[in-house]
Amino acid sequence: MKGYIHSVESFGSVDGPGIRYVIFMQGCVMRCQYCHNPDTWPVSKGQEYTAEELLDKAERYRGYWRNNGGITVSGGEALLQMDFLTELFRKAHERQINTCLDTSAQPFNRDPVWLAKFEELMQYTDVVLLDIKHIDAEQHRKLTRWSNVNILDCAHFLSDMGKPVWIRYVLVPGITDAPQYLKELSAFLRTLKNVERIEVLPYHTLGVMKYERLNIPYPLAGIVPPTPAQIKNAEQILKGGDTTC
Amino acid sequence: MKTEWRGFNGVRWQREVNLREFIQKNYTMYDDDESFLAGPSEATTFLWGKLQELQKEERAKGGVLDMETEIVSSLTAYGPGYINEDSKDLERVVGLQTDKPLKRAFMPYGGIKMAEQACTTYGYQPSEKLHEIFSKYVKTHNDGVFDAYTDEMKRVRHNHILTGLPDTYGRGRIVGDYRRVALYGIDFLVAEKRKDLEKMGDQGMIDDVIRLREEVAMQIRALEGLKAMAAIYGFDISKPAKNAREAVQWLYFGYLGAIKTQNGAAMSVGRVSTFLDIYIERDFREGTLTEKEAQELIDHLVMKFRMVKFARIPSYNQLFSGDPVWATLEVGGLGTDGRSMVTKTDYRFLHTLENMGPSPEPNLTVLYSSRLPETFKRYAAIISVKTSSIQYENDDVMRPVWGDDYSICCCVSATQTGKEMQFFGARANLAKALSYAINGGVDAITREQCGPSFDRIEGDVLTYEEFMPKFDAMLDWLAEIYVKTLNLIHYMHDKYFYEAAEMALIDTNVRRTFATGIAGFSHVVDSISAIKYAKKITIERDASGFAVDFHVEGDFPRYGNDDDRADNIAVWLLKTFSGKIKKYHTYRNSEPTTSILTITSNIVYGKNTANLPDGRRSGTPLAPGANPSYGAEKNGLLASLNSVAKLPYEYALDGISNTQTISPDALGHNDEERALTLVNVMDGYFDQGAHHLNVNVFGVEKLKDAMEHPEKEEYQNFTIRVSGYAVKFIDLTREQQLDVIMRQAHGRL
Repeated sequence: MKGYIHSVESFGSVDGPGIRYVIFMQGCVMRCQYCHNPDTWPVSKGQEYTAEELLDKAERYRGYWRNNGGITVSGGEALLQMDFLTELFRKAHERQINTCLDTSAQPFNRDPVWLAKFEELMQYTDVVLLDIKHIDAEQHRKLTRWSNVNILDCAHFLSDMGKPVWIRYVLVPGITDAPQYLKELSAFLRTLKNVERIEVLPYHTLGVMKYERLNIPYPLAGIVPPTPAQIKNAEQILKGGDTTC
Repeated sequence: MKTEWRGFNGVRWQREVNLREFIQKNYTMYDDDESFLAGPSEATTFLWGKLQELQKEERAKGGVLDMETEIVSSLTAYGPGYINEDSKDLERVVGLQTDKPLKRAFMPYGGIKMAEQACTTYGYQPSEKLHEIFSKYVKTHNDGVFDAYTDEMKRVRHNHILTGLPDTYGRGRIVGDYRRVALYGIDFLVAEKRKDLEKMGDQGMIDDVIRLREEVAMQIRALEGLKAMAAIYGFDISKPAKNAREAVQWLYFGYLGAIKTQNGAAMSVGRVSTFLDIYIERDFREGTLTEKEAQELIDHLVMKFRMVKFARIPSYNQLFSGDPVWATLEVGGLGTDGRSMVTKTDYRFLHTLENMGPSPEPNLTVLYSSRLPETFKRYAAIISVKTSSIQYENDDVMRPVWGDDYSICCCVSATQTGKEMQFFGARANLAKALSYAINGGVDAITREQCGPSFDRIEGDVLTYEEFMPKFDAMLDWLAEIYVKTLNLIHYMHDKYFYEAAEMALIDTNVRRTFATGIAGFSHVVDSISAIKYAKKITIERDASGFAVDFHVEGDFPRYGNDDDRADNIAVWLLKTFSGKIKKYHTYRNSEPTTSILTITSNIVYGKNTANLPDGRRSGTPLAPGANPSYGAEKNGLLASLNSVAKLPYEYALDGISNTQTISPDALGHNDEERALTLVNVMDGYFDQGAHHLNVNVFGVEKLKDAMEHPEKEEYQNFTIRVSGYAVKFIDLTREQQLDVIMRQAHGRL
């Protein structure tokens, strides 16, 4: 089996525990307005790799991982290639490599066939980095063109199985930073039993150039990144000033 | 036992000079955290404040505060000088190069023209009397070199395929064992040198013996001069130091002697932390010193190292930008018995960067091993994250070669302390050699026939089969002329600008290394990779048929991506060139070594290098040291580090410099997390046998802001690591600042 890979990064240190070899999968159906990797959207592109090939490459960095590093699969949306992902993580575990999945959970659903596959994947997944784009259903749809109902459902599902989860939240001034949404999200997160960490990621404009190159209009033109004070405020609301929960 | 040696263990070091035995028998390992450290004393804060005012004034005056024009520098040329005359009692360590702080001495022995040019550049009028003396009656190093240079040597120099040669300035890179002054006192050292002199010459008065006898006599005179110099400050250093304060002061006097008599490109301090700690620990045991006082001693010593200045000419400043002196000082490392040599004083030296803020000098170097105490690795990494002022060198690859008492004698080169000296050899531009190979030895910039006139490549397509034999032959030629030129330079330096004060603190039977260097490394590797792996390279010619550019069809692997196809070329290039160097006789039977290290000269070298097949444009900076080329790294920091780590240190014993800038956001969410990540990165890198890493932690935005607003208070001491040393960013030229900014900071989108 082969996976479609957008790119790899040998040094990820804010993508899960320790130092991570990050694999960016090709393909995503969400159209988040702040997405800084629009080049990962098309599903049928990317370079083909087998799980073994990727793990051989990743293992060149084992010396940097020490006790806590490993691989993180990100995207695009990694769950769109779930069969490949499961094989990759299963083989990673055979090699004693720690695995981390960075997902928006958009493909999540309770279809029994799909769910069985997801449960199998979770057997080989050590940590899930769950990106929650917006807590409000309406706003979520505006921001990503998709509903967040199944995404929040996924959060509960992971909580029920006790899978360690890091919540990631992109702070976009004027879009995701309103106090009522932050409080609502905070209340939701408190219903989960498995959240090890909450990370507020400040929106940045580094992706703008890619839009220009791809001739896609940039949806957030004019929006500036949040100030350190805005970030701190959001962090305080989401996790009461703590970096870990 | 002498009273000064009370409480010390070991016997051999008492009978003859043996610093290593003294250290190994007496040091106190420390593997706990930094919580014991003390903040700056009032005196430290006051003096450092004064010094910062002077530094500000210096910058306002265009980079030079004051300059001597009437007095030739020597050990005893001046009376005492202090940071601040009215508060000299606050200085726990005394001694300046001249009579005033930051005033630059007049040193004409390297070359009178250069010494005078340094004066006139900054608006000072050189003395007519000294001009007469040094043009009519005294011959300088520079005079000697140019008397003997062949036409070919002048040609390679003029065409910049060899650049930065120490023929107009002091060669530096000699580390006197300044600890000897403290442990033994001058009288003991003089007696030892006299014994050496007596034994010399039994086998006949051949050149080598005569020269050495003269040198040792000069060394003895320098030792007596050191004593006289110390007496000017009211100290008698004929006997060993009695306590920590004296040990620090005696050691500094040894170093001061060196910087009063030599303006070498690198004037390094050496490995002194573990040594000084032994004295501090003894004072603690005797109840005569507190932690606060111990830190104050180290702070004041470091303050002196931050004040070292030399008068330089513009062409020198272009090569070595930001007024560096490479007062390199090491901490950390393991003993050959596997014990950590980290002491509390290793922490104290790093802590100076907190007590007095970031600084480029002294060039603080951590001798790194993944087996160092985790607490110490973490503390060093924290200091890196906060100040970007320290560099790391792999003790695990150096210790087997140099033992456990080596120092770093410039940026990255190891030398056994007190046992060795080095003939510094700048570097050869291999990227130009590549261009010569294509163009039959004609220089693409000057269009002179500089290299041998081999047949140039005539076809429109550049093929591996045609190129490689030509390149190999061109490297043969370059290695030969390079070694010959250096032999001549060092002969003259020994003759006219001998480093008596430094050599007096090194064993008479000294081992010499001959340090050659490579510039343009990554561009040659990528160009060869392009020639080998790209689909096709078409040569573009000008009207005269000269190859001026290259058009590459298809992709090719580049050095810096952990791709063996490119990285194997890198290893081949290093082995090949260092192998060719070794074929020739080297002056005074020195042992040839090679470095991949450029300092900031990568910019000057780049200016004189035309278009290359890897796509690098004519005149643009070469990548520094062993760094991959700008924009070549496509797989992130660790892939880049893995590529550099493949270069075998045994073939580049003079050092393999690698400078990396990591954005704080890419390293972690807070300083603690960033430090731990950095430790993991270094463990992973150095455990593969890599040699060196300069670590910068800041974002490109900060650099841009500092470039536009150098007046901001926060940027006055903003220090960054460049190839092999550190500089204050605002002291770089705009061109160099842009070069630093252009190098992609490792921060992922």
